[in-house]
Amino acid sequence: MGNYFQPEIECASREQIKAWQDERLVKQVKHVYEHVEMYRQRMDEKGIRPDDIRGIEDLHKLPFTTKDDLRDQYPYGLLAMPLSDCVRIQSTSGTTGRRVVAFYTQHDIDLWDECCARAIVAAGGTKEDVVHVCYGYGLFTGGPGLNGGSHKVGSLTLPMSSGNTDRQIQFMTDLGSTILCCTPSYAAYLAESIIERGLRDKIQLKAGIFGAEAWTEEMRHDIEEKLGIKAYDIYGLTEISGPGVSFECEAQTGMHVNEDHFIAEVINPKTGEVLPDGEKGELVFTSITKEAFPLLRYRTRDICILSHEKCSCGRTHVKMTKPLGRSDDMLIVKGVNVFPSQIETVLLNKGYPANYQIIVTRVNNSDNLEVQVEMTPEMFSDSLSAIAEKEKELVSALKAMLGIYADVKLVAPKTITRSEGKAVRVIDKRNLYQN
Amino acid sequence: MTVKQISVFVENKIGNLAEVTKILADAGINLCAISLADTKNFGVLRLIVDDSYNAATALKEHGFIFSITPVLAVSVPDVPGGLYRILTLLEDNGINLEYLYDVNSQKMDSACLIFKVERPEDAGKALTKHQVHLLCQEDLKSLI
Repeated sequence: MGNYFQPEIECASREQIKAWQDERLVKQVKHVYEHVEMYRQRMDEKGIRPDDIRGIEDLHKLPFTTKDDLRDQYPYGLLAMPLSDCVRIQSTSGTTGRRVVAFYTQHDIDLWDECCARAIVAAGGTKEDVVHVCYGYGLFTGGPGLNGGSHKVGSLTLPMSSGNTDRQIQFMTDLGSTILCCTPSYAAYLAESIIERGLRDKIQLKAGIFGAEAWTEEMRHDIEEKLGIKAYDIYGLTEISGPGVSFECEAQTGMHVNEDHFIAEVINPKTGEVLPDGEKGELVFTSITKEAFPLLRYRTRDICILSHEKCSCGRTHVKMTKPLGRSDDMLIVKGVNVFPSQIETVLLNKGYPANYQIIVTRVNNSDNLEVQVEMTPEMFSDSLSAIAEKEKELVSALKAMLGIYADVKLVAPKTITRSEGKAVRVIDKRNLYQN
Repeated sequence: MTVKQISVFVENKIGNLAEVTKILADAGINLCAISLADTKNFGVLRLIVDDSYNAATALKEHGFIFSITPVLAVSVPDVPGGLYRILTLLEDNGINLEYLYDVNSQKMDSACLIFKVERPEDAGKALTKHQVHLLCQEDLKSLI
């Protein structure tokens, strides 16, 4: 048996979970129908009345929501509560640069924190622990989510945010951090830095909760061994709340979806048909308890498999695999969502041709993003400093759009690989997804 | 007064420079002067050739990116202080020198340097006024 934050929920019977979901879904559908014009229109178009939704058996009748919808409805279109009842926003990048903004009431923050608290307790966290959060704080949900979860557990929380490795390690050793929360690639980097400084004996970490990007089992073993900890996966997305939509237990055989708040489905990404347990498809979430920004059947574009098999940890909530890929072209680099279309937008805005290639590599567990752009006669000049200046301009424009540093490399014309006349836009050399 | 320099964009990749020289060789182009400036990812190959028009056509046909830049070919007396005097003249006229490289020839008594300056016409006038000899494209051709 494991450690639970809310055993009566986390280990509830399947009947109980279904009863919660039925009741909450019905209520949620009414709520969005009344308050969100987009949903009202879409349901009307499909000829569905809120009364037609009597339980989760009727979920498949509801329309999907996509990232494009979030972009089109920016900023207030999907808001289902008066702004005066909202207490927070978080944000993530959209497909073409327009950001996605999610709103939260205090109730929404509380349920999100609760989900993160379950993840922390599942990783062995108690009020005696020192939780070291070096996910970014701010618009990114990583920092605020785990921070809130740690408060709920009653652990001492170190709101470190990302970067400044020396300070991270100093606090870790001086204040005896026991649970580390960050991206897996930063955990791997920290592990190496700790070993380099000869401080492996000075740290008291016992567990890590790592998410926001894809990582392999090899990487997990590497981090576990180097830091002497058990490494837990966590999954989430801003659109649905943030980290903690699902989390790993000590069995490490998938992530339990917090089903009392989020209904998970797996669909065929091409037809939209709902797939049974064990079949690979696109993960879809419906948030049934959120007030301010509730989404019906949100298509995550993550490819996953769901399993209702009994878990040795005692939890009864459905488990999802790590994402096995994407059904769109989104990349996650350094924990940040990157769409090739965002890069294209920057290039076109700066007067470059849309002839580019994105190359992602992972060197020493750290992601590197390179954008190769073909040189044009207009761009070229005899002066090296003039070209360097243009490169620099592009780097800062990309940084502003993506939020992360991208290396720019100007290449000779017509050298970007084309297959069947179509340019290959993205080369991801990381091999992150294990199939 | 100025001579034509062809500046070619060369990606930092094995064989790229060789390819440029092959294209020029195939077009029967002779090189008068050559210099390669490089950064981490790419280089700019600067050339002065006997037939700029044909060289440019050949490069264009092969998809290379280049620009034509006016530069000065300055005859520099092969004596101590020869270059210093010329640089002083430029300085006195407020002309910035961006880079220089030399033309290697056994057929001259003095050295010949290629100057890339901000205002080549003004610079040329300032130098000739003080009896500095500038070579024209034909002069360079005859040096090969």
